[in-house]
Amino acid sequence: MIYAEILAGGKGTRMGNTDMPKQFLMLGSKPIFIHTIEQFILNSQIDKIILCCPKIWMEHARNTIKKYIGDTTNIFVVEGGSNRQETVINGCKFIEKEFGINDKDIIITHDSVRPFVTQRIIDDNIKALKKGIAVDTVIPATDTIVESTDGKVLSNIPVRKNMYLGQTPQSFNLKELMTLFESLTTDEKNILTDACKAFILKGKEVKIVEGEIYNIKITTLHDLKISNAILAERKEND
Amino acid sequence: MINQSYRLIAPKQIRVDFIDEQIDNNSVIVRPTYLSICAADQRYYTGSRDKEVLKRKLPMALIHEAVGKVIYDPTGELKKGTNVVMIPNTPIEKDKYIKENYLRSSKFRASGFDGFMQSFVKIKKDRIIPFKADPEVAVLLELLSVAMNALEHFDKYSHLKKQTLGVWGCGNVGFVMALVLKKTFPNAKLIVFGTNEQKLSYFSFADETYTIDNIPEDLTIDHAFECVGGKGSEKAIDQIIDLINPEGSIALLGVSENNVQINTRMVLEKGLTLLGNSRSGYEDFAKSVEFIENNEDVINYLRTIISEKIIVKQTSDIYEAFENDLTNDFKTIMKWEL
Repeated sequence: MIYAEILAGGKGTRMGNTDMPKQFLMLGSKPIFIHTIEQFILNSQIDKIILCCPKIWMEHARNTIKKYIGDTTNIFVVEGGSNRQETVINGCKFIEKEFGINDKDIIITHDSVRPFVTQRIIDDNIKALKKGIAVDTVIPATDTIVESTDGKVLSNIPVRKNMYLGQTPQSFNLKELMTLFESLTTDEKNILTDACKAFILKGKEVKIVEGEIYNIKITTLHDLKISNAILAERKEND
Repeated sequence: MINQSYRLIAPKQIRVDFIDEQIDNNSVIVRPTYLSICAADQRYYTGSRDKEVLKRKLPMALIHEAVGKVIYDPTGELKKGTNVVMIPNTPIEKDKYIKENYLRSSKFRASGFDGFMQSFVKIKKDRIIPFKADPEVAVLLELLSVAMNALEHFDKYSHLKKQTLGVWGCGNVGFVMALVLKKTFPNAKLIVFGTNEQKLSYFSFADETYTIDNIPEDLTIDHAFECVGGKGSEKAIDQIIDLINPEGSIALLGVSENNVQINTRMVLEKGLTLLGNSRSGYEDFAKSVEFIENNEDVINYLRTIISEKIIVKQTSDIYEAFENDLTNDFKTIMKWEL
């Protein structure tokens, strides 16, 4: 089975004054997370979609999916966690409980606020997992990445050609992901903000798949404005 | 649904545009799998169309030859994953006498409207036809349907003596036209005329092939098909008028950007019929699907004119396909993974 886990746990604290989490705001004619879910519905390799979101927004999410997508047979709304890792693992636990886990099951985790993900990126994630256990979607860094450990002075400037910017999806062999999480100590869990990082820490290989510069994360009102602006007109043929 | 449309914005410049696509009950969503480049696309891509035309029609997604898989049918009639050929002509009215592809009101993809270079194609159900053949070859169904349209026209208006048929042009249109004629009139002598000996050698099913500067003096034909187009049209039509028997029909299929001079004196003296042919409609596609599914050898012949297959995973692959196509002998197809 191939599962898509859409991470909609964010509470939208960076989105100006709005109280509604950013994933539920409108982009063009639909809420952002609906556009994101649709990209996975339209991929014929995906079997089921799990949407993880804050508890109080679960009913809202269900209603919205019903309104815009209609058929919800293969879409499941699950409660997210207090941080990204917990949200990811909540989705995995739901799958384990409801459907069981097989050795070859794949989970594609994706930010609900990255609606511009393409079919090519999703397909490449699945393809890369046929020979691996973890995949990260990245784009080469065009700006120089600099590091500062104290926020005042630069501590390091890494070689740009080795630098990439992480996007999503991040995809995993489901069984490996769950085993890895179980092996982490509470301290490790608290400091790890990224599932791929956990794989690297444990000495496991994480493959990379090329993302797209426009696979942006809609985090601020500015991002939302840009996203609405790049939606072009349809050249009607019918 | 956010769709990506890979639009030509200026000659040799393609940009991805994001479309907020609305799904409705009359349309299905198709994921293109194979796309094929046509000379018409190249005229936009290279900027050889009139500047005013480019200004009016761009930005626009190119490609009107494509097959794909059904991803979503709101009525549930078509199973997910069904291979379908997509018909680029979209009529908006019905006419008792005039075919859909000749109605001036019809819309045509990649000619003022987005073509098939998109992540998904929202298309009306009566504009797709399921098929069972290998999609890598079925992508040539549109090309075949153009020949089917010309054949129907020819059948309707030409006299019954069809002993010798001549096809001018050794490109893609010439190839499929000759193939359709050979299968439809197996007893007629099929002669292909071209400029390139190497390309003419692909027409192994034809009875004879000649380069246009080496035609036997006593050769005549009953009917002709001009599949040359461009600057060569005039010379080809001139030669046809010389070689054709009285009251023959000349089916014109080649597109030319410039006006073409025709020796009307001889058209009049010989009582010739000139038949204009352009594009195709639903029935032509249906016949084409049947044609490839009932003729295994046709599939094999069509495979021989796929000069190159390019896997498209990023915009730069599209450029590569279009650039290579300019020097390929026959068709360049794109395996669409964008």
